Amino acid sequence: MMENKPQNPSQPEWKFRLYIAGDSPHSQAARANLETILHSLPEGCYQVEIIDILKEPMRMFEDGIVVTPMLIKLSPAPVCQLMGSLSDKKRVLQALEIREAQDE
Amino acid sequence: MNDHPESFEPLIKMPTGIQGFDEASGGGLPRHRTTLLLGGPGSGKTVFSLQTLVNGAQKYEEPGIFIAFEEKTSQILTNAASFGWNLQDLVARRLFFIDARMSVDAVKTGGFDLAGMLAGVKAKAEEMSASNGGKPVRVVFDAVDVLLSHLENPLAEREEIYRIHNWLAENQITGIITAKSGVEGAPRTETGALQFIADCVIELKRAMRESISHRTLTIIKYRGSDFVESEVSLVVGKQGIDVPSLSIFDMDYAVSSARIPTGLPRLDTMMSGGYLSGSSILITGAPGTTKTMLAGSFLEAACLRGERALYVSFDEGPAEIVRNLASVNVQLAPHIESGLLCISSSRAEARSAVEHLVKIKQMIRQHQPTCMVVDPISSMVKAGGETLAKSIAQRLIYETKAIGITLLMTSLLADFDQMLEATPIEISTIADTWIHLSYVIQSGERNRALTIVKARGTGHSNQVRELVVSNDGPDLQDVYMTGGEVLMGTLRYEREAEERAGLARHQQETEHYRRELQARQAEAEARMRAVQQEIQVAQEELATLDQAADQQSEQRQQNQDEVRRIRRADADDDGSRGSEG
Repeated sequence: MMENKPQNPSQPEWKFRLYIAGDSPHSQAARANLETILHSLPEGCYQVEIIDILKEPMRMFEDGIVVTPMLIKLSPAPVCQLMGSLSDKKRVLQALEIREAQDE
Repeated sequence: MNDHPESFEPLIKMPTGIQGFDEASGGGLPRHRTTLLLGGPGSGKTVFSLQTLVNGAQKYEEPGIFIAFEEKTSQILTNAASFGWNLQDLVARRLFFIDARMSVDAVKTGGFDLAGMLAGVKAKAEEMSASNGGKPVRVVFDAVDVLLSHLENPLAEREEIYRIHNWLAENQITGIITAKSGVEGAPRTETGALQFIADCVIELKRAMRESISHRTLTIIKYRGSDFVESEVSLVVGKQGIDVPSLSIFDMDYAVSSARIPTGLPRLDTMMSGGYLSGSSILITGAPGTTKTMLAGSFLEAACLRGERALYVSFDEGPAEIVRNLASVNVQLAPHIESGLLCISSSRAEARSAVEHLVKIKQMIRQHQPTCMVVDPISSMVKAGGETLAKSIAQRLIYETKAIGITLLMTSLLADFDQMLEATPIEISTIADTWIHLSYVIQSGERNRALTIVKARGTGHSNQVRELVVSNDGPDLQDVYMTGGEVLMGTLRYEREAEERAGLARHQQETEHYRRELQARQAEAEARMRAVQQEIQVAQEELATLDQAADQQSEQRQQNQDEVRRIRRADADDDGSRGSEG
């Protein structure tokens, strides 16, 4: 499942992968929260891949996923992991090193 | 419980392959359910759960998945290799390890759950079950508390535990969850909830007793099953966890009535042919009462029959035992060379009693003896307390009996009366045969006496015998009873000498009398011959006399005829006339 913003297809600066488990409350929250956070980034400079472990269970082993939801920032370096529903927005932005420009 | 989807499924047990534990739990862990393994650091949780998986894969061909939340899987594999478990083969076919450690850098940003991971494990389990002929899968969640603590929310932790619990039941998977137990019986929140939810809760403990490490296992709870409620000792040895068998469920061993020589022919006689094959013999006595010697000659006799024997000593080293016994003509050295006899010595204090038992069991497995000696079993008391030593001794007796080994144990005891009140390890009641050796002090002498206190299933002499040790080896001597007193040592010897003298005297007298009678007979015979001669002489004389008389009368007739012829008288008348006139 790919959600690619078409505006700048040449080279998205941000690459994310979100692992979820079907429609569990935490997974739904994580998707919604990620959506909000992505608004902090300029349009079209990010790419998000969402993987539903319930549909692709073997990805759990391939990618070493322990808990869901789990967000992995693949680029820019360094790679970082965010576990949980991404509800703690402040921590998420801090971990992703995103400046809260459009805050409030 | 409403949320238990398989409430009405009958309880099936899954053997862990750890024999002693399977016995204590009446067959193993509950299948398709949740077992919680609690314990402090180093209590053996990981080893126990991994061993259950390895045994499942090896002995029962059941695939297993090990989810490690705390340790690196490579580390776990290394640890497993040190137990001699060959995981290389198994990992390819039946075992799967999941490194589920959370990255240190992972940032917690909100609630999470295990739904994703369980979905993955389920897929893997199905795949492994299918490739192993549909066999059920065992899953270990090792150190789940590490992960749950990230939730920072007791309610959420509880929810995840329920998730695992229900997931296991729904998917017919047997789960073992390990978690650290809190300090001093105060469980951490998550393990507290775990204890309520789990169907079976086992606690592993490690404590120091008399500066010897001592591990125990307690089954705290087992829904729908009876189990041994008391603490069970366990050992983490070279081959992993060993829970010494309790054998209280099954005392049905093949009973033999064959006799095994004791090594002392006269003791065999006292016991209707020897010890019962596969029985346990306890020899008690004060120091120096030749307990070791009896043990040694028992094993020597076994080796001479070509049987394998094992000597476990807590006293002396092998070389010392061999030398000392050789001095009384119990020769063990040739049998050690031939490999029939194995002598093992260790300091009793060096290990806990359970460790000793496990080591002894290992030696039994390796050496396969038919006869064995533990000398002295009372040393076990040194290793971690009396009650424990007692139960260990009991287990040793039951286990050797179960596999038909004749076990001879010695025990140090000062005197018999003390023993009747309280046997140090109270094994005298379990042992089949109890021989007591004591000193009898009499007329300034200390002599060894042997008594068969009891001998189950054996007719036995109730007489006290004297045990004499010479360069030819130990032997039993009859004792003398005089006026209700048993004579031993010099007194016995004197009495024997006296009897010997008496016998000689008696023989002499008889001989003398015989000669007298012979002489008398000869005399009578001589007399008889003389009389016979006399008779003969008389007869001859008589015959001569008769002959002479005949001749005389004939002569007289002739003379008369001559006279008549001269007188010319009638032959008939003349005579009468002649006499008248």
